[in-house]
Amino acid sequence: MIDFFQPISVSHYLVVGAVLFVTGAVCMATKRNALGVLMGVELVLNGANVNFIAFGSKYLRVESLGLDGQLIALFVIVLAAAEAAVALAIALNFYNNHATIDVDRADELKG
Amino acid sequence: MEAANFWLPFLLGLAVVLPLASFFAILVFGPRMGKAGESAGYLATGAIGFAAVLSFVSLFVFWMPNHPPGAGTEGGHASETHATADRLSVGGQDSSADESHETAAEGDGEHEQSHNGQSHNGHDAGHTVRVPPHYTGEFTVFGFGSPWVLGQFGDLRLSISYYIDSLTVCMFCMVTFIATLIHIYATGYMHDELHDFTDHEVTTADGEHLHRPGRYHRFFQYLSLFCFSMLGLVVAGNIAMVFVFWELVGICSYFLIGFYVERKTASNAANKAFIVNRVGDFGMIIGLMALWTGLGTFSFGDVAYTDKDGHQVTTPGIFSQVRTAENHYKLDTPRGMVLLAARDEVAGLGGIEPDAEQIQAWRTGQDGGTRYGYWLLVVAGIGIFAGCVGKSAQFPLQTWLPDAMEGPTPVSALVHSATMVAAGVYLVARFYPVFAPEALLVIAIVGCITLFMAATIAITATDIKRVLAYSTISQLGYMMMALGVGAWLAGVLHLITHAFFKSLLFMCSGSVIHAVHTNEMTEMGGLRKKLPVTAYTMLVGCLAIAGAGIPFLMGFFGQGLAGLGFSGFYSKDAILEQAFSFMQANGAPFNNPLAALFFAAAAGGAAITAFYMFRLWYMTFAGEPRDAHRYEHAHESPPTMYIPLVVLAVMAVAVAWNPVQGIVGGLVALVGFAIWRYGYYQQPAADPHHEQEDHELQDAAHGQLPANLASLPVMLSGIVLAIAIVSYVAAKTDLYNVATLSELLEDSRPAGTLAGAEGVLLEGWVWPNEHDAHAPGIVFVVSLIAIGTAFAGFAFATMMYGLGKLSPADVRRQFEPIYRFLLNNWWFDELYDWLFVKPVHLISRMTAGFDKNWIDWTIDGIATCTKRFSVFWDWLADRSIVDGSVNLLAAWTYSIGVSLRTVQTGRLRQYIMFIVIGAVSIFILISFFWNPTLAR
Repeated sequence: MIDFFQPISVSHYLVVGAVLFVTGAVCMATKRNALGVLMGVELVLNGANVNFIAFGSKYLRVESLGLDGQLIALFVIVLAAAEAAVALAIALNFYNNHATIDVDRADELKG
Repeated sequence: MEAANFWLPFLLGLAVVLPLASFFAILVFGPRMGKAGESAGYLATGAIGFAAVLSFVSLFVFWMPNHPPGAGTEGGHASETHATADRLSVGGQDSSADESHETAAEGDGEHEQSHNGQSHNGHDAGHTVRVPPHYTGEFTVFGFGSPWVLGQFGDLRLSISYYIDSLTVCMFCMVTFIATLIHIYATGYMHDELHDFTDHEVTTADGEHLHRPGRYHRFFQYLSLFCFSMLGLVVAGNIAMVFVFWELVGICSYFLIGFYVERKTASNAANKAFIVNRVGDFGMIIGLMALWTGLGTFSFGDVAYTDKDGHQVTTPGIFSQVRTAENHYKLDTPRGMVLLAARDEVAGLGGIEPDAEQIQAWRTGQDGGTRYGYWLLVVAGIGIFAGCVGKSAQFPLQTWLPDAMEGPTPVSALVHSATMVAAGVYLVARFYPVFAPEALLVIAIVGCITLFMAATIAITATDIKRVLAYSTISQLGYMMMALGVGAWLAGVLHLITHAFFKSLLFMCSGSVIHAVHTNEMTEMGGLRKKLPVTAYTMLVGCLAIAGAGIPFLMGFFGQGLAGLGFSGFYSKDAILEQAFSFMQANGAPFNNPLAALFFAAAAGGAAITAFYMFRLWYMTFAGEPRDAHRYEHAHESPPTMYIPLVVLAVMAVAVAWNPVQGIVGGLVALVGFAIWRYGYYQQPAADPHHEQEDHELQDAAHGQLPANLASLPVMLSGIVLAIAIVSYVAAKTDLYNVATLSELLEDSRPAGTLAGAEGVLLEGWVWPNEHDAHAPGIVFVVSLIAIGTAFAGFAFATMMYGLGKLSPADVRRQFEPIYRFLLNNWWFDELYDWLFVKPVHLISRMTAGFDKNWIDWTIDGIATCTKRFSVFWDWLADRSIVDGSVNLLAAWTYSIGVSLRTVQTGRLRQYIMFIVIGAVSIFILISFFWNPTLAR
């Protein structure tokens, strides 16, 4: 029995993060468009970010990670930006070569 | 005296080191020294010449003024003070405080001892035991600093030490002087080596004569090393150091004899010299071991040094252990040897130290018991002598020396007359106090056999250098025999005089060989006209070695029965006198034939010596040329070669004279040569026909000296006369202590050896006092015999070879077997070949067969087994286990890789599914097994 009126706690954030993560994962798994996959990645990363922020907040928990959690979130954002730049470059090159960005067509490196 | 303490070792040490420095310089820079190493010759000559200067400075500035000659022979009181003060401690400090030397008057069992500083006037001079003045100590760097100690093992102290007495100084002067002349001579003789050299005695595989670069610098390099070794041997203060230099001398002679290494004969001769010497050295090592175990020291004199704790320690040397002062310097078995020999008895005492009485009982072998340790002493003496037998080419190890003539002639002159072979005689003389009477008898017998055998062989030899080689062996035999019969002074004197005239003879022969390019006297003859300087200097050498002289002449000048003659005259007469005295003392000729044989061999040897020497001279220089071609091309040697000859000729005549003899002899020579010179001026004028011809040719045609040399004999005899007068005046006015050579050598006669000896194991043998041999009765008889035998030999040679009255060929036919016997050197080479070489070859062949058939078979079998085992083990261990396990791992890895390959489909979305599934699975697993405290 969920108590909707209980104060906002870590668990609420975790739920939101889990929703984001699952959405992103599903997005990655289902989208054939490379840009869609990238968006899924962003969602997954941000799901994780929500968790870090939640664990880092000293209002929500007594034994919080403190600034560590927020710093990690910042790192993830930076990494996501870098990852997006690289991935978009790959996508652009892939498009130049194959005239498509369908990830199912990109299986030339399979074993 | 203090100055001599420091300067004598310093100067002589420097004289030793100079040739070594020259050796190293030439070793490193030799080929780059001037044109083809020409400067190497100058460097080596300069080094040895400077060493000669140093030696003469030590003799005339530091030795002679400090040690009045003859003081020891009369009375002995003067010498005692010197002997005391001369004892040196480490680094040249004087340690005379407690070293007073007892002198003892021995008469009818009554002993008197008197200490230094007390009056000796009451003593009978003839019975005073005299300790020769000597300096002993350890070399230090430039005379100060700590001594050079190689090692200290208990009491045995091995150091670079010196033992300097008048014998050492005389040897230094002789060796350096002769070596300098030989160096100068060699710069002329070896000039062929300055450029590329074609060796006509070596044929290479393609039928050409061997053509090789010159080895001028290498020759001088070895000469320098040789001089260093010889000088080091002479200055050495302990027998271990002597042994080191002994071997160095051996190796240098090896290098020099084998100088023409490409010639098979030369390399064989070098090997032979080296190997034969090793045989003798084996005996020497035995002697060294006997000395060390018995005495615990190698040092000749007492060694004083500061030990680790700072105490002043003095360990007695060999001489003072063998002839103790308490025993009045009589030879006795040293305490150490007695204790060593009686060690079982000592052990039987149960830890109690044997007292002096007990040791004396063991030593003398009371009640007919064993003389403990005496044999050890005899063995030590004979062992050391065995080394000298090898080095001095005595019977039975004489075979190497004639072969050693393969070396260049300057080498023969240096190595085989003045230095290397002299080393053996020198060591016997130096070690004289240690030789027991039995060892002396061995020495005398060996010397006697050698002198006679070598002299007979020299009769038939036709190689000019071989005649001289056998002559050398014979003369060395004389010296050994002299030492053996108790003539210490005569033996050593003969060593010095012989060095002068034998090096002269060798260099003359070198000059002849240089002129005619052959060694065979049968191809020479008449060379007197072509080589006047060589011929007449060699004649002087022949006269000196034959002992030419006028006996009793000096009686007119108040010198008793002394004669006037060449240097060999004095030393040979002295030897004969002692041999005669020895014969008389031993009741010969009928009671003791062996003792008589010594004198007979020496006298007969003198006749043979004169015979073969004049045979050599006549065959070479007199008569008609036997080989016209060689005669035509003969020419006198350059001045660098004949000046040493002239200098040595003067020395060969005058070296043994005393001032009065010098004045008489110089005067006689001066007058004689002046008359001859006058006649020489007259001669060309009487024969105007020759005036157009070249002057030198003209001189040569007359058999005269070149014009520029005609005044030389007059000048030289004038110089000798001047020196004699100066020394006579100096001696008369006490300005300077003038010592004749024999007085100088007498100064270092080992303590207690003059008194004579009696055989201990050989009862009845007596060694008479050497001074007793100068009794008028003996001198009169012996002088007549000596000059008679020498003249007989000379006359016989003149008849056969000079005048041709007696055909040598007839004599040869008459005595065919003896001739063959002598021509083949008594078949010694064949005998040794049959005795040693052949058996060794046989044994070698047998062992080689055993090696090939059995040892090789075994080793091959072992090798095969090892190989098979290795192959099996390779298969089992390496291939199966090691390789197998590694291969298996690789195969696993490969198959895992192959199977995992199917997972890599290349589909991105599938991968994402894997990631998601993996992440979720990890999450679930963690949830199950790990308590999520973080999520509280």
